[in-house]
Amino acid sequence: MEKSVLKRVLSFYVEGFRSMTIGKTLWLIILVKLFVMFVFLKIFFFPSYLGKFDNAAEKQEYVSNELIQRAK
Amino acid sequence: MIAEIDISLIDWSRAQFALTAFYHWLFVPLTLGLGIVQAVMETIYYKTGDEFWKKTAKFWMKLFGINFAIGVATGLILEFEFGTNWSNYSWFVGDIFGAPLAIEGVVAFFMEATFIAVMFFGWNKVGKGFHLASTWLTILGATISAFWILVANGWMQYPAGMGFNPDTVRNEMESFWAVAFSPVAINKFFHTVLSGWIIGAMFVAGISSWYLLRKREMKFALASIKVAVVFGLIACLLSIWTGDGSASQVAEKQPMKLAAMEGLYEGDNGVNLVGIGILNPGKKEYNDNEKAFLFKIDVPIPKFLSYLAFGKFNAYVPGIKNILDGGYKQPDGTVALSANEKIARGKLAIDALSGYKKAKADSALYANKADSIKLALAAEIENYAETVSDDTEVTSEVLTADELFSGKAAEIQTRIADSRKQLDDNFDYFGYGYIKEPKDLIPPLSLTFYAFRVMVILGGFLLLLFALATYFSYKNKFEAKRWLQWTCLISIFLAIFAGQAGWVVAEVGRQPWAIQDILPTSAAISQLSASSVQLTFFIFLALFTVLLIAELKILTSAIKKGPQINEQ
Repeated sequence: MEKSVLKRVLSFYVEGFRSMTIGKTLWLIILVKLFVMFVFLKIFFFPSYLGKFDNAAEKQEYVSNELIQRAK
Repeated sequence: MIAEIDISLIDWSRAQFALTAFYHWLFVPLTLGLGIVQAVMETIYYKTGDEFWKKTAKFWMKLFGINFAIGVATGLILEFEFGTNWSNYSWFVGDIFGAPLAIEGVVAFFMEATFIAVMFFGWNKVGKGFHLASTWLTILGATISAFWILVANGWMQYPAGMGFNPDTVRNEMESFWAVAFSPVAINKFFHTVLSGWIIGAMFVAGISSWYLLRKREMKFALASIKVAVVFGLIACLLSIWTGDGSASQVAEKQPMKLAAMEGLYEGDNGVNLVGIGILNPGKKEYNDNEKAFLFKIDVPIPKFLSYLAFGKFNAYVPGIKNILDGGYKQPDGTVALSANEKIARGKLAIDALSGYKKAKADSALYANKADSIKLALAAEIENYAETVSDDTEVTSEVLTADELFSGKAAEIQTRIADSRKQLDDNFDYFGYGYIKEPKDLIPPLSLTFYAFRVMVILGGFLLLLFALATYFSYKNKFEAKRWLQWTCLISIFLAIFAGQAGWVVAEVGRQPWAIQDILPTSAAISQLSASSVQLTFFIFLALFTVLLIAELKILTSAIKKGPQINEQ
């Protein structure tokens, strides 16, 4: 019986990943990089500056004040 | 009271953005260019059925994969920086800037993620045609991603298709098509992608030359060179065309950038194009009497800058002083305003925003507390009545309070309408309201001038190199030309350098603007401490350097191993 499309796609990826040589190192680099970017850098060093405000109204109030005051 | 923004904060934030963009741009052009070369090679395999071309394509695909894996997601850091370092900017234009970036994310994810898997895992598992289509669709996806990023960048150089909403303090998209297909964005896309093609072609020609110098993989190297140099030559020729388009766009929409690119202080009709030159470091002010150059040689086509900029040899090209002083006729027939006039209009726009906000707040107060305001007005009137003499007639106190309320409410509506009109009338100059002195509108001249020369001169050199390489390659003499092989190898770095110089011209040349005429960097930036930006600058420097070392190590290891094609 023919395998379902989903199983064929899954097996395509599984076999592809298994047969990788240099690709395994590259995937390791990608995963470490993403971890450093999203878990380390984003959380600790790059929070959204306007994220400290609760809603859009507060954000627009803050930005409009900034834009007005900085021209003085 | 808001503290004055520290200049070093702006400089460090800009340096951090530049650093991130520089590193990101090491990976992207190679993806764009190498992707096309490998797709062409696979197409030859598809057409001929020759296994040699399949192996050749697979080798370059391996190098493509290494570069892609190391470079993927490095651009996301730029988006982190928008949210943290450039929060005013992000809020002010997020509605417009967000759309192309969101499309880029979706396209990049679905197209590249889907088809790149087939490209790498699908050999011998899917049909030849389907595999070839996946290879082309992978590179098409990467190119479409680049398109949306460059649309966003193009919009910053030439903001079009938007309207400012003072209620949300955001620029809102009024025409998606005006944003997506602005002439600046389209030209920028082609010019930038072509620079990637040149780098990709040079990479293939250079690495192949290395094999020839080592007397290895000869058939593979010569065949790869034949594909790469023709591709590089075509890309160079097309980039001259798009470069010409860029010059016209810059002349029309960013005349100060053009003046900085040329070191042109005093404009004229029929201006020559500077070929090479050394700027006079003794010239400290734009309006002093010092000469602009210690030495310069113009391109030997008279009035060439005027022609490149406006298509006419006698066209007027304004210099820095003219742009700041105003009074000259612009391409659209209007008379240019002086910098001081623009600054005054910018301040009017910002004052109008302030007035609009206050009037809106008063309006909301009158709407929400009408009854208490009326009572207060009635009490005022009563107090007034008690203080006047008995023979003064005070008729209906309640009616007078209503009238007074209506009058004040109408006055507030008039203030709203007047502020809005003043804002709309002057919004084109909004960003000038932050400029302290006209000279602050001059971008870093030396960097812009020299970077432009580096880009153009290296571009010309690469054109010549590709032409020579094509000639010797198709005459089957490339193998014997060791000097040409060495030149091709070294020129990988020159091509990368030319591409980076192009970005310096584009981005440094538009300073002080984050968004041309609308928002300078001093207003776009978040209130952070300069030291925190310095810290993340050095974290990025370390992270990216590690990634670059990893890329170089893995790439050189793969190159040393070679395609291992049996050439017998």
